[in-house]
Amino acid sequence: MDRRTTIKWVLAASATWPMLGTRVARSDTLPTTQGYGTDPDLLPVYRPGELWPLTLTVAQRRLAGILADIIIPADDHSPAASAVGVVDFIDEWVSAPYPVNQRDRPVVLDGFSWLDAEAARRFAKGFAELDTTEQNGICDDICDELRALPERRAAAHFFALYRDLTAGGFYSTPVGRKDLGYIGNVPLTRFDGPPPALLRKLNLT
Amino acid sequence: MPFVTAKSQRSAYDVIVVGSGAAGGQAAYALCMDGAKVLMLEAGRRYSPATETPMFQTPDLAPLGAVGTPQKPFGFYDATVDGGWEVPGEPYVRASEEPAGRFEWWRARMLGGRTNHWGRISLRYGPYDFRPHSRDGLGFDWPIGYQDIAPYYDKVELLIGVYGSNEGLENTPDSSPGCLLPPPKPLVSDLLIAQRAKRLGIPAIPGHRAVLTRPLDFRRSPARLHPGNVMAQKILAEDMRRRAACLWATPCGRGCSIRANYQSTTVHLPPALASGNLDITTDAMVCEVTLGRDGRANGVSFVDRTTGRQQHATARVVILAASACESVRILLNSKSPQFPNGLANSSGSLGRYLMDTVGSSVSGQIPLLESLPPLNEDAADGQQLYVPWWLYRDQRAGKLGFARGYHIEFGGGKRMPDYGTAAGIEWLTGGSYGVKFKQDMRRYYGSFVHFAGRGEMIPNDHSYCEIDPSVKDKWGIPVLRFHWRWSEHELRQAAHMQRTFADIIDSMDGRTHGAVQTDGAQAIAPGGSIIHEVGGAIMGSDPETAVTNQWCQTWDVQNLFVTDGAVFASNADKNPTLTIMALAWRAADHILERMRRREL
Repeated sequence: MDRRTTIKWVLAASATWPMLGTRVARSDTLPTTQGYGTDPDLLPVYRPGELWPLTLTVAQRRLAGILADIIIPADDHSPAASAVGVVDFIDEWVSAPYPVNQRDRPVVLDGFSWLDAEAARRFAKGFAELDTTEQNGICDDICDELRALPERRAAAHFFALYRDLTAGGFYSTPVGRKDLGYIGNVPLTRFDGPPPALLRKLNLT
Repeated sequence: MPFVTAKSQRSAYDVIVVGSGAAGGQAAYALCMDGAKVLMLEAGRRYSPATETPMFQTPDLAPLGAVGTPQKPFGFYDATVDGGWEVPGEPYVRASEEPAGRFEWWRARMLGGRTNHWGRISLRYGPYDFRPHSRDGLGFDWPIGYQDIAPYYDKVELLIGVYGSNEGLENTPDSSPGCLLPPPKPLVSDLLIAQRAKRLGIPAIPGHRAVLTRPLDFRRSPARLHPGNVMAQKILAEDMRRRAACLWATPCGRGCSIRANYQSTTVHLPPALASGNLDITTDAMVCEVTLGRDGRANGVSFVDRTTGRQQHATARVVILAASACESVRILLNSKSPQFPNGLANSSGSLGRYLMDTVGSSVSGQIPLLESLPPLNEDAADGQQLYVPWWLYRDQRAGKLGFARGYHIEFGGGKRMPDYGTAAGIEWLTGGSYGVKFKQDMRRYYGSFVHFAGRGEMIPNDHSYCEIDPSVKDKWGIPVLRFHWRWSEHELRQAAHMQRTFADIIDSMDGRTHGAVQTDGAQAIAPGGSIIHEVGGAIMGSDPETAVTNQWCQTWDVQNLFVTDGAVFASNADKNPTLTIMALAWRAADHILERMRRREL
């Protein structure tokens, strides 16, 4: 396959490449309260809040960011969850009209309330006002749904869901993909399979 | 004017083809390339893969990280338009909501139908698969054998482009030389699975998928496909040149803007349109085949979805290729004094012997695959390897407790991260969060494997569809009501799948995720959910029991054909699409010959 042909494919494929800032609303989409419909335009970039309004309060969004960053903090490899739009992702999720989102919404909101109530009970402060050690102390009690005490089962269920949401939002971004070492989604002229040295190391030759 | 409205259609056509997917696309292609004037009616909207396919879009650009919703059940970027398990305004009825009696029906309302999003797995039926009743006394034999359809498998593979290899395995046919494209290189996880499965006596061989691993042979294939037809050769050569080979990225289920995989809209319809012999009317919801006084079909009635008005189109021959259940629905709704129970239903078999594929899956985590260096494993989007059914001898010896086989579709690797990548991972991490969680994710990413069994269901008297006496769709067309039941053969087979997959994961020193089901009823996916529904108008050599003959021609009405999955007399473990196309091409050749002889 020569290079010119390759470039031709890539150009053909990129005719439908996502273009930032060029979202065109379709006149035939359903009202936002009904979701994006069964025939949405698949090409534009959709930003949280475009299809249905975001509904978390300022205080809830603050807590959302704090908890997301407890789950995915900045480290040597990548920034924290809130730095790549995870709060918007979670707000979009709990504000969406679909059954799973409507099911998750009270779990998240009740979870936020539980965190504040627990922080008040233990430290007479809101969760957002606690220091890291105090926040981790609470999270340690609810981070493992399988081993949480019965009275904390609901909070642990919330934490498990919230970790899924945070990680789902984070690892879907370019930053998250890079953190995991994902290097695909690029056009190649040929696919050679795994490097022979790696296969030898794994006894797969 | 290839795309025509109800108003601009010709007054009469040689053939009306209802449906534009694998069956309709293939039939129309074969007819048009040989000069027949064809009108294709598609219930959904016009669809253009070149301009509508989200090729490189990443989940962060879509609503909700592109996860599935009731409006886009296979994810935001899935190619399906106006469809899924529900189509707005077009309900269907389940006779039972019990899990064991549940049937689900995936539809798409778009040009090219479900071929735009399908898995592209293209397996040939083998010689045994056409003689199931002769072999074990269950189900029905087909009125044709493998040798009747083999030339058409060759032709379809050459036309659409299928990768794979010839392995000479039992009931897993080889293709003629030059038909298959080279298979893609396996991933690390593929090779590990193959190595460990082999130790258990389970063979993993290259998969067969309709993906171009290199450009099509536009110099030689057209002459092989259309001998003596210079015009067809020229059109096809031109079109094959315009199809690019796979660029080893982006999921096939989104469709392919560079036409590197098969979808009717990128492979069948462009050359058929270029012939000048095909008119397509989209948004045409066919409700009935109309019958002339001579007892022959004279056309179809359809609802123009853009106006809501009922229209009629006329032709010498009518082909139903609307998908198994939709074609059956049209026939059941075509009532007349001569056919009070539905057209071409003098056998009473119309709607009966509905089959899907037995599906069951297990996933696991493999420590050997942890923390591998970055690798681009997009590859051909899966099915680099698969396991064909391998226990024919044990089955013949009666050792398995179920009568028919299954194949294994498996996968792993460093797929593009999305919402599912981290979801529920505390079964491995013990609930880590913080920096430890990020470390855990790097460790486990790419270390998961997934096994899905796809097995044969035997037709039974309890799995069928009929017209619901009261419910109608928004066009006023009566809808289908589904009845469903698995037999012990399918349930035991599903339990066997679970055991086998757990054994393979064990052999890889891995951990299975979740319980391994020993109860087949727990292991089996609901009826219809594998989206391999076939039957309902089965072919057979006896008009008393079958709806069509071996040419997909209805026994009752000589110019009425059903070329989709409805005619399947059995549903082997091999995914049905390739066989649908081979049967449709064979039927089209038969129609052309009969038209030349003025018999149609």
